[in-house]
Amino acid sequence: MSAVTLIARRELGGYFRSMTGYVIAGLVLLIDGLLFNAFVLSAGEMYSADVLSNFFYISFGTTVIASVFISMRLVAEERQTGTLVLLTSSPVHDWEIILGKYLSALAFLAIMTLATVYIPALILVNGKVSVGHLAAGYLGLLLVGATTLAIGVFGSALARTQVLAAIFSGVIVVSVLIAHLLARVTDRPLKDMFMALALYARHFPPFQTGSIHLRDVVYYIVVSYVALFAAVRVMEARRWK
Amino acid sequence: MIEVKGLTKYYGELAAIHDLDFSIDRGEVIGFLGLNGAGKTTALKILGCVLLPTSGDVTVDGIDIARNPHDVRRRIGFLPDTPPLYNDMTVGRYLRFAAELRGVPGSEADKAVGEAEEKTHTREVHDQPIFSLSHGYRQRVGVAQALVHRPKLLILDEPTSGLDPVQIVEMRATIRALRGDHTVLLSSHILSEISQTCDRLLVIQRGEIVAQGSEQDLATKLGGGGTIEVEVAAPSTRAIEVARTVTGIGECTVLSETGGVAVVSLQGSPDLRPKVVRALVQNGIDVLRIDRGAARLESIFLRLTQDAKVEDGRPQ
Repeated sequence: MSAVTLIARRELGGYFRSMTGYVIAGLVLLIDGLLFNAFVLSAGEMYSADVLSNFFYISFGTTVIASVFISMRLVAEERQTGTLVLLTSSPVHDWEIILGKYLSALAFLAIMTLATVYIPALILVNGKVSVGHLAAGYLGLLLVGATTLAIGVFGSALARTQVLAAIFSGVIVVSVLIAHLLARVTDRPLKDMFMALALYARHFPPFQTGSIHLRDVVYYIVVSYVALFAAVRVMEARRWK
Repeated sequence: MIEVKGLTKYYGELAAIHDLDFSIDRGEVIGFLGLNGAGKTTALKILGCVLLPTSGDVTVDGIDIARNPHDVRRRIGFLPDTPPLYNDMTVGRYLRFAAELRGVPGSEADKAVGEAEEKTHTREVHDQPIFSLSHGYRQRVGVAQALVHRPKLLILDEPTSGLDPVQIVEMRATIRALRGDHTVLLSSHILSEISQTCDRLLVIQRGEIVAQGSEQDLATKLGGGGTIEVEVAAPSTRAIEVARTVTGIGECTVLSETGGVAVVSLQGSPDLRPKVVRALVQNGIDVLRIDRGAARLESIFLRLTQDAKVEDGRPQ
C-alpha cells in the first residue's frame, strides 16, 4: 500500500473514531436542513430548478465553513500532539503526507456532502429535478470543498495550533470570497484579476444553475494545486527551522 | 554505523549545536548526556532525519542523511521526547500503521508487530486503545514503533522521561535487551540511567561535545585516576596509612566512621582495587566492601558541565 493511501486511510478512520467528524457532519446536515426549511421552503411557490439552485447556494456556504473546520486539524493537531514526527521520521515524502491528509479530508467531505442528497430528493415530492442539474450542483460543491480544504491544509501546515490554522485559512478563504467586491472598486487589470479569483461570484453560480464550464473547473483545480503545493513547501521549510 | 563531522544547527542567531564530531560503531549502546537545553534533542532530530543541519556531514551506514534521507530513514527508528502516538488507535493497529509506513510489506506487518510487542512487552495491550494506556505503556509503545521495522539504528530521546522508578527499571531492561540486534543512541539527563545502560557516553554542553568515552575513561581522565571506596573493620587512620603505601593512591578522605567500621574514599584508578585489598589484608585489616567511588558519574557530569571545556576526556 502506498504511503499516500496509508496516511489517507488512517486519517479517514480518525474522523470516524473521534467525535470531531460526527460533530462536524451532524452540524452541517442540521444547518443545511434548517436553512433550506427557513429560506427555501418558506419562500412561497417556486420552480423546482430555483429551489434546487437555492439549495446549492446554501450548501456552498456550509461546505466552505465545514472545510475550514475539517482541515484545521490535519497538520496543526499533529504538530501540537507531537505525532507529526512519526510521519516526518518515516521514509515518506512531504508531498505524500500532505496529499494523504488532503485526500482523507476530501473523502470525508464528499461523504458528508452526499449525505445531503435527501434534500433534493424532497423537491421531487412536489416537483421535478433534472439529474444534470443535480450532478452539476454536487460537482460544484465538491470542487468548492476541495479548494477550501486545500487552502485549509495550507493554513494548517503554517500554524502551530488548530485555532491559528482555522484563523489563517478563514482569512484566506474570506479574501477570495470577497475578491469580487474588490473588483467593483478597482480598474483593469486589477478588476479582472480580482474577478477571476472570486471563489463564489465568478465560478459557482453556473454550477448552481446546472451548467458546467471548463473555466470554472480549471479555476478550482488550479487554486487547490497551488494551495497544496504551498503546504508542501511549508512542510519542507520546517525541516530547516 | 554513524559518522558525524562538524555538525552545526542554528535556530536564527542561536547555535543549538556547534561543530559536533563523533562516531558510533555497530552494536554499541551510546548515551547522549547533557543538561536540558544542551542540544541533545536537536542533534537527535537531525540524526533521525526530522531536521536538516545548517552545516556538517552525517552518514548512517555510509549513507549521507542530507542527500539520501529516505534511505537513512528506512535504517533508523526514532522515539522523540514525546512518543508520537495516535490516541484514537489501538496499539496493534498503530504499530501496523508505523510498520507499513516504514516500508514493511503488508504480508509481513503482523509478524513485525508481534516481534516489536515481544521486545517491548506490550503484547498484552495489543487490542487496547492508546488513550487508555498508562504512561509506562505509552513509552514502551513509543519504543515499539521505533523498532517495528527492524531498524539497524535506534534513536531514543529521553526514553525514561516521566516514568516511575519501577517503570524506569523495566525500560532499562528493555533497552539493554536491544543491544546486539540494534545500535542504540539514547539521550538523558538522568545520570544513573546512562551509567547503567550505555557502553559509551557523549557529553554535550551548550551545543558542543565536551567529552566522550566510557564512564571509566572519563573518570580516569578527569578525576586523575578516579576513586575507590573501601569499607573496613578498622580505624580509618590505620586504613589510610596502609592504603597510601599502594603506588597510585593519592588523596584519602574519611566518608564515615561508626562502631569500629570506617568508609574511606581513595583517589586512584579502580584498577588498583586488588592491590588495595591485598595491602589491607596483609596488614591485618578486614575489608568489608570495596567498590568504585560512589556518585562518580555525577561528579564527572558536574565537572564537565561547569564551563570546563574538555576534549576527548581531558580538560583544556
